[in-house]
Amino acid sequence: MPLLWLTIVVLALSAAGFILGRQRALASAGGNSRMLHSLPIYYGSNAFMKSVVPAIGLMLIWLLVQPLVIENRIAEMIPASEVPEGSNIGLLMSEVRRTADGLNNAVVAGVLDEETASNARADFTDMTQRLKDAGQVVTNRITQPVLRAAQAYREMSASSNMLMTIAVLIVALLGTGWGVMQSGRDFRARNVVEQGILAILIAAASVAILTTVGIILSLIFNTVEFFRLYPAVDFFTLLEWAPSFSGRGGASSLGILPLLWGTIYISIVALIVAVPIGLYSAIYLSEYASPRVRGIAKPMLEILAGIPTIVYGLFALLTIGPLLMSVFGDNGVGWMGGGRSVMTAGIAMGIMLIPFVSSLSDDIINAVPQSLRDGSYGLGATRSETIRQVVLPAALPGIVGAILLAASRAIGETMIVVLGAGAAARLSLNPFEAMTTVTAKIVSQLTGDSDFASPEALVAFALGITLFVLTLGLNVFALYIVRKYREQYE
Amino acid sequence: MTEASMPAPSAPRQRVSLTAPDARTQKRKAAEARFRMYGVAGIATGIFFLIVLLVSIVGSGTGAFQQTFLNVSVYLDPAKLDKNGNRDPADIRKVSTFGYTPLIQDALLKQVQDNGIETPLEKRGDMKAMISASAAAQVRDVVIDNPDLIGETVDFRILASSRVDGYLKDRVKREDVARDKNIDAEHLDLVDALIPLGVVKKTFNMDFITGADASESRAEAAGIGVSMIGSFFMMLVVLVLALPIGVAASIYLEEFAPKNRITDLIEVNIANLAAVPSIVFGILGLSVFIQFMHLPQSAPLVGGMVLTLMTLPTIIISTRASLKAVPPSIRDAALGVGASKMQSVFHHVLPLAAPGILTGTIIGLAQALGETAPLLLIGMVGFIASNAPDSIASGLLDPNSAMPAQIYEWAKRADPAYYERAWGGIIILLIFLITMNTIAVILRRRFERRW
Amino acid sequence: MNDMRILERDVDTNTIKIAARGVQVYYGDNHAIKDVDVDIQDKTVTAFIGPSGCGKSTFLRCLNRMNDTIDVCRVEGDIRIDAEDIYDKKVDPVQLRAKVGMVFQKPNPFPKSIYDNVAYGPRIHGLAQSKSDLDDIVESALRRAAIWDEVKDRLTAAGTGLSGGQQQRLCIARAVATEPEVLLMDEPCSALDPIATAQVEELIDELRQSYSVVIVTHSMQQAARVSQKTAFFHLGNLVEYGETGTIFTNPEDPRTESYITGRIG
Repeated sequence: MPLLWLTIVVLALSAAGFILGRQRALASAGGNSRMLHSLPIYYGSNAFMKSVVPAIGLMLIWLLVQPLVIENRIAEMIPASEVPEGSNIGLLMSEVRRTADGLNNAVVAGVLDEETASNARADFTDMTQRLKDAGQVVTNRITQPVLRAAQAYREMSASSNMLMTIAVLIVALLGTGWGVMQSGRDFRARNVVEQGILAILIAAASVAILTTVGIILSLIFNTVEFFRLYPAVDFFTLLEWAPSFSGRGGASSLGILPLLWGTIYISIVALIVAVPIGLYSAIYLSEYASPRVRGIAKPMLEILAGIPTIVYGLFALLTIGPLLMSVFGDNGVGWMGGGRSVMTAGIAMGIMLIPFVSSLSDDIINAVPQSLRDGSYGLGATRSETIRQVVLPAALPGIVGAILLAASRAIGETMIVVLGAGAAARLSLNPFEAMTTVTAKIVSQLTGDSDFASPEALVAFALGITLFVLTLGLNVFALYIVRKYREQYE
Repeated sequence: MTEASMPAPSAPRQRVSLTAPDARTQKRKAAEARFRMYGVAGIATGIFFLIVLLVSIVGSGTGAFQQTFLNVSVYLDPAKLDKNGNRDPADIRKVSTFGYTPLIQDALLKQVQDNGIETPLEKRGDMKAMISASAAAQVRDVVIDNPDLIGETVDFRILASSRVDGYLKDRVKREDVARDKNIDAEHLDLVDALIPLGVVKKTFNMDFITGADASESRAEAAGIGVSMIGSFFMMLVVLVLALPIGVAASIYLEEFAPKNRITDLIEVNIANLAAVPSIVFGILGLSVFIQFMHLPQSAPLVGGMVLTLMTLPTIIISTRASLKAVPPSIRDAALGVGASKMQSVFHHVLPLAAPGILTGTIIGLAQALGETAPLLLIGMVGFIASNAPDSIASGLLDPNSAMPAQIYEWAKRADPAYYERAWGGIIILLIFLITMNTIAVILRRRFERRW
Repeated sequence: MNDMRILERDVDTNTIKIAARGVQVYYGDNHAIKDVDVDIQDKTVTAFIGPSGCGKSTFLRCLNRMNDTIDVCRVEGDIRIDAEDIYDKKVDPVQLRAKVGMVFQKPNPFPKSIYDNVAYGPRIHGLAQSKSDLDDIVESALRRAAIWDEVKDRLTAAGTGLSGGQQQRLCIARAVATEPEVLLMDEPCSALDPIATAQVEELIDELRQSYSVVIVTHSMQQAARVSQKTAFFHLGNLVEYGETGTIFTNPEDPRTESYITGRIG
């Protein structure tokens, strides 16, 4: 693992820088550390930092950029006529990469010698056979240009790796030298090191921003790609969801409306279960329960919040579904065709949301000032009159915010609907019928075997961006309401 | 008082005794009691659901920890296993599991006949329904490791087929067997006869906890061990990445960030990221880590990175809360003796906030451990948890699954025998989660400081 | 209205409205009120004065059982209103509080309209037979609280939008609207500016005609201005109780004298 070795060498250089910098600073003060501006350790850290940060940074950037550059140049080498009908350059490039990896592995395993592997006149059928013999995964689609490209790929990667090693080492050396040279008695090492640490802290804080940017960019790029292959109008207005299984577009109808309907229907069922139970629990816990009861009941409800969603999914599929079937199924009322349905998923999701609604509402009810309750009790109101006519109206905006947050949770929930709701997209009002949701389809479109360039897979990104916008909108709105509400009583 | 006309006091109310409530008060009291009942009912329903959930998990899952085995003495026939007779390991390896299957079936048949059990099942092939398809591989592995055993009769404890196992666990019922092409009523009679002899025996199943996933038709051999290792490596990645990044980000936002637009943006951003559906993080992982960076699919490293991004907001929010709880007087005291702002934070504030940070991190890890949806998108699903990794690098980079993804995979399979394993997997997953949360609670109790 | 009224004020009624005997209050382990005996007369303003934490508010809250809403609080002894024991098991605190209204330290209008704030009590107690009945009750309560002219044009506006003094008078109107017999006021002016304070004090004097008013105050001047009887509390004990004029001009107990002259408190 040469990368590992390179890292170790850089670290060793930096460690040397640490020791040298510290010693040099001490020496410049005649061995009396009180004469220094900063503690000796800061001089060492300065040298260490100046060596490690640029070198490792360069290495990471190089590793990120290198495949992009190389692939671009390789892609230019492959004539357009070589791209098979119905495929694209991306698929061919992954073929090239796989072949190059195969060649590498074969060389490492000693089946091929370096010379044969990079022999420009090698015949592709012969090479394919040799690779297969070496136990490397290659397809039959290796053609002469692919083999050439793979060989070029290997060559460029190797020389690029070489260049990178040299560049990184030079940068590390220069950094160490600079840091050590700086270490004199008047150098303000602590300030410099603290600047460096601050930069690291800022970088860490911006990871959150980068994540959002990453989410938005990946959704947008792929969605644009999807809309090039499939008309956006159809996506937003078709009442049918029927992807063709050929994976080549054409006959697919990819309308989001049935999925949105399923999502909203299931969320509504979930909220109908969760909101009354959660809200009454919160009222009881905050207004009636003795500290003892509260101390037992509240953590018990919160256990429900700590249970992973896969458990609720399984509970829906294997417990709620059969239970509903025995009442509403063919042996009962006959409304239900199978265990998976809007109700199945909705009830499980409702149970999941109970603690969410109750703990948010609990916080919000507790934020209503005691003086309002006193005012009401002082007029001779009972507890329930006080709660219904004073506390709840005062807490209403906050509770609405909490319900919206719960709705956003329900819309984004995946595992429960994947297991409990069914796979058929349907526009129906019967809650005992199987329907499917946006999240369930994202999973099924991206976990199948269809390749990522087909509209059937890319549609998942369009679904994803819809989901993202929907939940983000709900969240921003709900957080805004809750914040406004809190300000009112602060 | 400027009021010219003081309104005449309205007709004086009838003086009612305080101890004798009037009709209206009684009605109000009844309404009060009703409302209180609604509250009790709300709590009771919530707790009822919790109990139903736990009962169905424990009730349906404990079966996975037991498995039915067949104790048979297999004659390792040299004529079949080592035709050349020279015990050459290479030759022995060439005999596939198909070579072993008849030997095991013969052995079981012999056991049946030796014990004089009356059964219409008299052919070797009739035994097939009793024995797990992985039994042959089990025997073969033993023979390859010890070629000297060939020619001897060796006692084996082999897996019974999933139907036999189901019969012992009441999953497979006699009345359903008629429609089952994998097993007949005669087999069940035979099982009944073999149980008192100790040939068919249900015992604790360690392989479920330590073993690997198995193919769709061999539910009896599937275990969650390898995906547990996958989960472990992912948690390692999450811990190594999320803790330092989360703490660093929190320190910056709480202690150093100037109050301006950009900081506001980051704050709003973190609050909203915490509520982004987890599946969206899966999409991010798929397109950035796999499509763009070409990191390997299904690798715990990538899974860990996705879960890191997902748990980061949780960790940042809880870390900031515990930093905020450290009173400003501590910072002032440090600054007052000439420490720099950075020194006051790292020497004084951070150590005091450490228990809170740790608690938040454990809770974030627990959340990540139970998360499934994003893992499905980066390919940690399907029959991939088949081999335990042999080094740290392969643990991070080789395709693996994770506990919740493995449970999902089992839940999708058609054979009901897998449902039991899915519940069993959930028991193990919950044991991990309960342990982590208990540690978090203990940490909080032990180190909580009121200022 | 001036301070000279202390002397010319006569106490015209000596009906005893509230009689307390041997009242003890505990907050957990803390003995907050120690063996207090007091008789509060009808149609009189009685002031409770004393340094902070002396128990005057706590005692006030015993009189309409507001302390019931605090879990750790325990009340012993005997408090009778119109000769009925209010801590009797059969007494419903809800009914009691309709009879003994309360105004709090901080104005606490409900986040509802002015009208709904005042109509809240009559509605829950079913005092109005019809909508016009309720309108009358609201108007009369607002008039009695001397705020009608200021709010009559915006009865549907939020009560929280009023100024501090107006809010407190609204709260008084709200308490008056349930037609109580006793009105308890817990430092009703402490959150108000001097002008609003003067308005509320004037109002208290008017209210004396219909109710027995008990007011807790930390301001001795206020007690002197508005009350006929004054009780001085110190460290949970009722030190001295008597005519306001006597307490302020000729206290019996040296502790009262120290407080009046500003040496303790």
